Amino acid sequence: MIKKIILSVSVIVAFIFYAVYQKSGGLEIRKIGESTPLTSPQETPSVPKHVNGLKDGFYTEDVADALYGNVQVKAVVSGGKITDVEFLQYPSDRQTSIEINSQAMPILKQEAIQTQSAQVDTVSGASATSAAFKESLKSALDQAKS
Amino acid sequence: MGMPVILEIADPAEKKVFDEIFSYLKFVDRKFSIYKARSEITLINKGKLKIKDSSKDMKTIFQLAEEKRQETSGYFDIYYYGNYDPSGLVKGWVISNVAKKLANKRFKNFYVNVGGDIAVSGKNKQGKPWTIGIRDPFNKDEIVKVVVLRNGGVATSGNYIRGDHIYNPKNNHKIDDIASLTVIGPDIFQADCFATAAFAMGKDGINFIENLANYEGYMIDSKGIATMTSGFEEYVFE
Repeated sequence: MIKKIILSVSVIVAFIFYAVYQKSGGLEIRKIGESTPLTSPQETPSVPKHVNGLKDGFYTEDVADALYGNVQVKAVVSGGKITDVEFLQYPSDRQTSIEINSQAMPILKQEAIQTQSAQVDTVSGASATSAAFKESLKSALDQAKS
Repeated sequence: MGMPVILEIADPAEKKVFDEIFSYLKFVDRKFSIYKARSEITLINKGKLKIKDSSKDMKTIFQLAEEKRQETSGYFDIYYYGNYDPSGLVKGWVISNVAKKLANKRFKNFYVNVGGDIAVSGKNKQGKPWTIGIRDPFNKDEIVKVVVLRNGGVATSGNYIRGDHIYNPKNNHKIDDIASLTVIGPDIFQADCFATAAFAMGKDGINFIENLANYEGYMIDSKGIATMTSGFEEYVFE
């Protein structure tokens, strides 16, 4: 479970670095509303070409995460810089896989113990003192005789 | 066994019934008490008697112990400190046997309490189901919960009166994060074994009981907070 979390976080972090690299002139990134790529896939500039020229707006990239299915990431660009990265879509089966793996126990009810004043027929607990035993035994025998 | 025993029969009963039951209990004690120099269990522990040559009752106990050990993934284990001490299992077994003896004699309304583990049947002299108090682990003269049971058993594991006589067989650590654990269910022998095993698991013990069909539990931790299984409240006396 922990390994899956670390792995998936690593994938997402790796993607963020990847996305940032792409914006500086790597592979294709689709801008919402545009059908043409922002940069040419063949371009690999030595100096990031669009770092200061990124148009404000938001960009999405689909990442195939082998563990949890497709995750969609939204990068928000403002003033030529990436100001925010949001995860747009968690596939529903991701929630399921978390639930299956968490081995969640039902939450059991709790309470602070409180002294009860009710009379009871008998008491369950780790061994009673011998004095109590003798008294109770006598009383039980008396009852049985009556 | 060195345990206090209380037997109450609400039906009309002659003294000889009590004598017979207590006689049986003494017989079992002679056989299974690790504190008796010549008990059958002591002879086994000293290597003077092999289990395969022991009495039918003794073999039954060892067989039951092995079944329970596997069922509880080793949390219930009668072998520790180099000796066999089946007293945790014998107690529930003996109470169950007493209840059967009484039922065979046509008694319908009784309870038998051995060292705080109880088998109940029917109703008390007032015609009401037996009410059972769960002792306050921090104050032996008080109770903190009242449960009501028509037929079945209530067993409590704790370490607050006899010192740390329960420890975790997985790591030999004394159990001190929970003060007591009570199990209620249809059979006192099962309830007793489960209470012993669950107590050895510490705070996870209540989850073990939650996963058992037909058995409910009430666990009190060292801070006085109780955790109950999801069906426990059906037994609570209102």
